[in-house]
Amino acid sequence: MTVDSSSLAPGTARRRRARGTGAPLTRSSGIGLGIALTWFSLLVLIPLCLVVIQSVDGGWTTFRETLTNPQTAAALRLTVTQALIVTVINVVMGTLIAWVLVRDEFWGKRLLEVVIDIPFALPTIVAGLVLLSLYGPDSPLGVNVANTERSVFLALLFVTLPFVVRTVQPVLMELDRDVEEAAASLGASRFTTLRRIILPSLAPAITAGAALSFARGISEYGSLVLLSGNLPLKTEVASVRILTYIENGNEAAAASVATILLLVALAAIVLLQVVSKWVARRG
Amino acid sequence: MASRLRQPRTAGTYGRRLLVVAYLFLLVIWPVALVVQKTFEGGLDNLQTALSDPVVTDALQLTVVVALWAVAINTVFGVGISLLLVRYDFPGRGVLSALIDLPLSVSPVVVGLALLLAYGGTNGTFGPALQDVGLQVAFATPGIVMATAFVSLPLVIREIVPVLHEIGTEQEQAATSLGAGPWQTFWRITLPSIKWALVYGVVLSLARALGEFGAVKIVSGNVAQQTQTATLVVEQKYQDFEQGSAYATSFLLALIAVAALVVVTILRPKDDTDGD
Repeated sequence: MTVDSSSLAPGTARRRRARGTGAPLTRSSGIGLGIALTWFSLLVLIPLCLVVIQSVDGGWTTFRETLTNPQTAAALRLTVTQALIVTVINVVMGTLIAWVLVRDEFWGKRLLEVVIDIPFALPTIVAGLVLLSLYGPDSPLGVNVANTERSVFLALLFVTLPFVVRTVQPVLMELDRDVEEAAASLGASRFTTLRRIILPSLAPAITAGAALSFARGISEYGSLVLLSGNLPLKTEVASVRILTYIENGNEAAAASVATILLLVALAAIVLLQVVSKWVARRG
Repeated sequence: MASRLRQPRTAGTYGRRLLVVAYLFLLVIWPVALVVQKTFEGGLDNLQTALSDPVVTDALQLTVVVALWAVAINTVFGVGISLLLVRYDFPGRGVLSALIDLPLSVSPVVVGLALLLAYGGTNGTFGPALQDVGLQVAFATPGIVMATAFVSLPLVIREIVPVLHEIGTEQEQAATSLGAGPWQTFWRITLPSIKWALVYGVVLSLARALGEFGAVKIVSGNVAQQTQTATLVVEQKYQDFEQGSAYATSFLLALIAVAALVVVTILRPKDDTDGD
């Protein structure tokens, strides 16, 4: 139900099947492809390329100056650290939630399925407001994280909740339980079964979820606006830095930070893929 | 940790269940419930105040118009490109298929910046030329539509592509061999098979489109009653200490998004969709 793996995981199954039989382009489908590519280029590719070009336009000086600016460096550090912590928690909690949703049976489980998707459906600014109501100045719990580093952590945890759950869940559903039972009957302990049988099969899905979660984490903006206070050197994240640069008319500096974010996301995805392969092979 | 099938429930089963429920309760359920509660704190006053404020109603109207445009564009583009990616062979297909997901990993703020660099009125790459022919993109509705279409672009495609792979081409080939034209085949065979995936993709896009904030904030210029969308109103009202209106507008946005998701979750036949 709800957001299945195909909508969140950068297609694992899909890509594998993408090669293979396909008809050669006919005249009308060729025209269709032309139109689609033109729109995609105008909307996505050209604007994104302009960001990268802009960042290196003035040589490397703008790039270096932007990065050595203490406020920007602090923002980048905060963003990457918090996104990393949140991703680690998501890997553990997301897998656990997926496990409970697939293997456990209890009243209200269907409700939890909807709850998982709420952070995805909720507008980010509303997400910030929602968290502020429980963890803000009027908190009924007496926990006020507003304008602290923890607010960044909390907001990222909220908006990235669905990613690992929704990528792991379908894989866990299809996992053959006979193999687990066979392992157990051959004397494997529960821990061994988990480590040697279950985790290797889940590794690619967990990785895909973690990559999405990290990419979303370092790029988050909306949910932090009301919650974190955007205090320079303290709770200001990279996206807010970019916005400040844009508002000051310094588009080159904004583009530099944006390019770094793109590079970090790319590096994370590559790294996670390597880790995933390693886990899968070892198991 | 492996609780195997038809095994008696152990303490671990209950422990895990409790942990998950508690985590979701503290992170999602309780906070969302509080916003609903705060919206209705003074009865319907907050909603009435918000809905009689022209700033809010104009923004809601703009949001709906923009979302409908963006979703319509993404639906047509999404169905077209999905069919091309799955059914045809052309050089660069793999690259295109990977690039389609790009908008999901790009920060909304970067999306705004990118569109501004391309379509900004004075120093954008295409902006001045477009302005000469009378089309203002940045700081106007077309720019907001583009930003919204950008961030929700892959959602329809990601839902349809696995289903298209799943259903194969046999029925389409049969239809063609019986004399159906390409349009007839599409309307009678392909579209009915991808119907639910398409509906689901459209609803996800709609939820995303209604809620976009960062990209729109940069591209729109955020002028009240002109280019201010509903999410921007929430920010402004909250910062102006009109929290009742902020909660009411948030509630409306959340209601539309969550209601759409729930309805489709209930409507969607289960076996039809788990395409991969």
